Amino acid sequence: MSANTLSLTLQIWRQEGPNTTGAFETHNVSGIPDDASFLEMLDVLNENLIEAGKIPIEFPHDCREGICGTCGVMINGRAHGQEKGTAVCQLHMRKFNDGDTIAIEPWRATAFPVIKDLVVDRSALDHIVASGGFVSAPTGTAADANDTPIPKEVADSAMDAAACIGCGACVAACPNSAGQLFTSAKLWHLNSLPQGQPERFRRTEAMVDTMESFFGSCTNHGECSEACPKEISLDFIAYMNRDYVKSKVFNRKLASQK
Amino acid sequence: MTETATLDSKVPEGPMAEKWDNHKFKIKLVNPANKRKFRILVVGTGLAGSSAAATLAELGYDVEAFTFHDTPRRAHSIAAQGGINAAKNYQNDGDSVHRLFYDTVKGGDYRSREANVHRLAQVSVDIIDQMAAQGVPFAREYGGLLDNRSFGGAQVSRTFYARGQTGQQLLLGAYQQMMRQVGLGKVKLHTRMDMQELVMKDGEAVGIVCRNLVTGEISSHSGHAVVLATGGYGNVFYLSTNAMSCNVTAAWRAHRKGAFFANPSYTQIHPTCIPAADEFQSKLTLMSESLRNDGRIWVPRDPDEKRIAADIPEAERYYFLEEKYPAFGNLVPRDVASRNAKTVVDQGLGVGPLKNGVYLDFAESISRDGLDKVWERYSNLFEMYERITGEDPRETPMRIYPATHYTMGGLWVDYNLMTTIPGLYAAGEANFSDHGANRLGASALMQGLADGYFVLPYTIGDSLAPKLGTAPVSLDDEVFIEAETEVRDRISKFLSIKGTKSPDYFHRELGKLVWNYIGMERDQNGLEKAISEIRALQEEFWTDLRVLGGTDTINSSLEKAGRVADFFELGELMARDALNRAESCGGHFRSESQTPEGEALRNDEDFAHVSAWQWIDENTPQVEHREQLDFVEVPLTQRSYK
Ligand SMILES: Cc1cc2nc3c(=O)[nH]c(=O)nc-3n(C[C@H](O)[C@H](O)[C@H](O)COP(=O)(O)OP(=O)(O)OC[C@H]3O[C@@H](n4cnc5c(N)ncnc54)[C@H](O)[C@@H]3O)c2cc1C
Ligand code: FES
Repeated sequence: MSANTLSLTLQIWRQEGPNTTGAFETHNVSGIPDDASFLEMLDVLNENLIEAGKIPIEFPHDCREGICGTCGVMINGRAHGQEKGTAVCQLHMRKFNDGDTIAIEPWRATAFPVIKDLVVDRSALDHIVASGGFVSAPTGTAADANDTPIPKEVADSAMDAAACIGCGACVAACPNSAGQLFTSAKLWHLNSLPQGQPERFRRTEAMVDTMESFFGSCTNHGECSEACPKEISLDFIAYMNRDYVKSKVFNRKLASQK
Repeated sequence: MTETATLDSKVPEGPMAEKWDNHKFKIKLVNPANKRKFRILVVGTGLAGSSAAATLAELGYDVEAFTFHDTPRRAHSIAAQGGINAAKNYQNDGDSVHRLFYDTVKGGDYRSREANVHRLAQVSVDIIDQMAAQGVPFAREYGGLLDNRSFGGAQVSRTFYARGQTGQQLLLGAYQQMMRQVGLGKVKLHTRMDMQELVMKDGEAVGIVCRNLVTGEISSHSGHAVVLATGGYGNVFYLSTNAMSCNVTAAWRAHRKGAFFANPSYTQIHPTCIPAADEFQSKLTLMSESLRNDGRIWVPRDPDEKRIAADIPEAERYYFLEEKYPAFGNLVPRDVASRNAKTVVDQGLGVGPLKNGVYLDFAESISRDGLDKVWERYSNLFEMYERITGEDPRETPMRIYPATHYTMGGLWVDYNLMTTIPGLYAAGEANFSDHGANRLGASALMQGLADGYFVLPYTIGDSLAPKLGTAPVSLDDEVFIEAETEVRDRISKFLSIKGTKSPDYFHRELGKLVWNYIGMERDQNGLEKAISEIRALQEEFWTDLRVLGGTDTINSSLEKAGRVADFFELGELMARDALNRAESCGGHFRSESQTPEGEALRNDEDFAHVSAWQWIDENTPQVEHREQLDFVEVPLTQRSYK
């Protein structure tokens, strides 16, 4: 802990609505303690703006603990800023220097239209989940949980994938705005567990097809995993591709049996 | 003023262990073919709301779900770290439904309804089965079976967890189950929709009015029943561990329409949070209390101590919980741990630059179990701590301090989870819940999912069945027109004040009053002051508020203004409730009522009841109604963790 304070120049994207053009606006803030979080720095700016009679900046945030996936902005061109494995709500000002100029923009992706200022619409991700990102186990039908032992390694690996917070940084960081990392993480979470087997190939095909209807294609840049606040592994994309090919064969075979 | 009108809790007759089964048999059922004729509005899609919406849709009801979040997956439930309890007895350590029931009633300091708690313990086992079937990656042992930990005061290992992200994994499970129904067209999902008003007709709940947070559009929605699963009100304190958007508005609007609000002063202060660093602090971060299993809590004995923690010899450290409570040590319940931390900080023994914390030290467990083992258990918490404070808990002890975390109070509900408004239900943290005056760790997730999966989907049929053949009230009905007008007027009012101070300013100032007077320790003088000071600040709010921007777009200041306005009214009621309850119990500690050792001293003679408050009007204080609590299975004893 220290008691240093920072003065900063912020270049922030302002945009009234989805159908208007936006532009950068420059603001200065000073006296920001370096123990403050990046979002608390924006709070200070907004309080200053309100005091000056100007409309505050809309930015997405909620838990401020790096778990809900609501926050997310480009900081100097990088999704969630320069700190590895850190969502912007967990980025602290001690990582910046007094006098810095910081550019702040919303996620940029066709599938994530800007709603206002730094807030974008990420509902495409929900559509992917609704198309197959679940296990069909209606309430009340489950057998005793310990009837299905799961090797610790399998559960741990599923958990690694399930840790995704759905912030969309992967899409924002990708030059093609691809949704592969998000989709593959959900697929591996469910496809690797015994509970996920019956629907494995149906799920894979449905989710990948839905993904492709919203997002660009993956050309293996790997920027997604770099930007991911939960450091979700690129391996899941390889597993997804493998399962997708299998699912095409498997699902066609099933279809022909009908 | 206290009314004697009795509140009918609808607790079924019969032996405790059979009540729930008997009740399920006796309540009215809706035949499967008729279920689709009933529209149910579920407001809130956290654990309680998502699980309810998914299950109701699976049963065949026509469900519409509402959340102000951009997606249901972001509800505050996502942040729960530690785990979820269930009486599975997988560890063969003597756990049972009865023990979980007993622990919860006792932990709640005998201020909860026995029958509800017993049902909660009963269905807890089904929750784990259900969530495992959804693919929740619970922690496992090498043999492949589910792992458990003991958590916050429990003497058995009954807590299931998924790394340090249990809430996330459970919420994703329930969210996915609901999204399946969304994909099937059985749940109509409305995101970024903020419920602003409850609509009533002939004394029954018939719908809601929402504001679309993107377009500003005001819309009405009509149903045969309304379920509020809108979470807790801890943000009345401004600084809390809750997500920034948690608020009381949905419940409060219902309260103003006639739903009694129960035990508002029962709030839980969590002992292990990261202390505030500066005045810009916007929220406090919880460090899961599972850390208390391996961390030892202490402060230096010397208030002028200048050395770093590692250089302070054992003899000069004050392990205050271990010394005062040898049997439970660092695992005493939350309220006890919190109050003791406050005591040592008030004595000037606090640590850190602002002297506003106590140490939580892992040195001993690291040397006992090895760094790898400790890291495996807590890596994500350690990393989170380091990110926030810049300090590594492997090298220097964490600094922690209590913060508001959970609200046991909420809308009063009967055994069916119905509020005092027919057709209006409350589930999860939004109801006054099964936790009495204090919630045990890992029991909120359990209660939210119990309500949503296993209770509400059955009990709701009881009020629906008689409505068969009736259509939901038309949106052209004057009750909807009037409610929409009320909402619009309120919004215009915020914009028209054109004062000088932001909603956040008022929220912060209100939070200070609530924390200082209605926080960890309360007394008559402070509570009386709270009432008058909250009122004065509230008056300033309505004359000097500044909300800029328009109504037809995202406008966080406008959203915030509405929430803060309701927090003012709630804050005052919390003070009145705390004042009325001249005893200490659980999280409600009145300094006038304590044992010689400084423990909460209950007064069962006069206060073994639920206080449920009825709204009258803006100018008349709420009226208190009482539900007497009987303790048949778990005899009343003074809690002692010595
Ligand atoms: C940091 C933290 C850690 C915790 N850890 C644990 C733990 O380890 N174990 C445990 O058992 N409990 C824990 N808890 C408590 C537990 O997480 C919560 O009590 C529980 O998740 C609440 O669930 P809920 O479904 O009732 O409400 P929430 O998850 O808060 O959901 C509320 C929902 O209502 C919606 N909503 C609210 N108002 C409106 C409105 N006006 N209009 C439209 N929608 C609205 C929101 O959008 C959201 O979808 C923790 C709490 C915190 C703060
Ligand atoms: S605000 Fe929740 S992850 Fe950042």
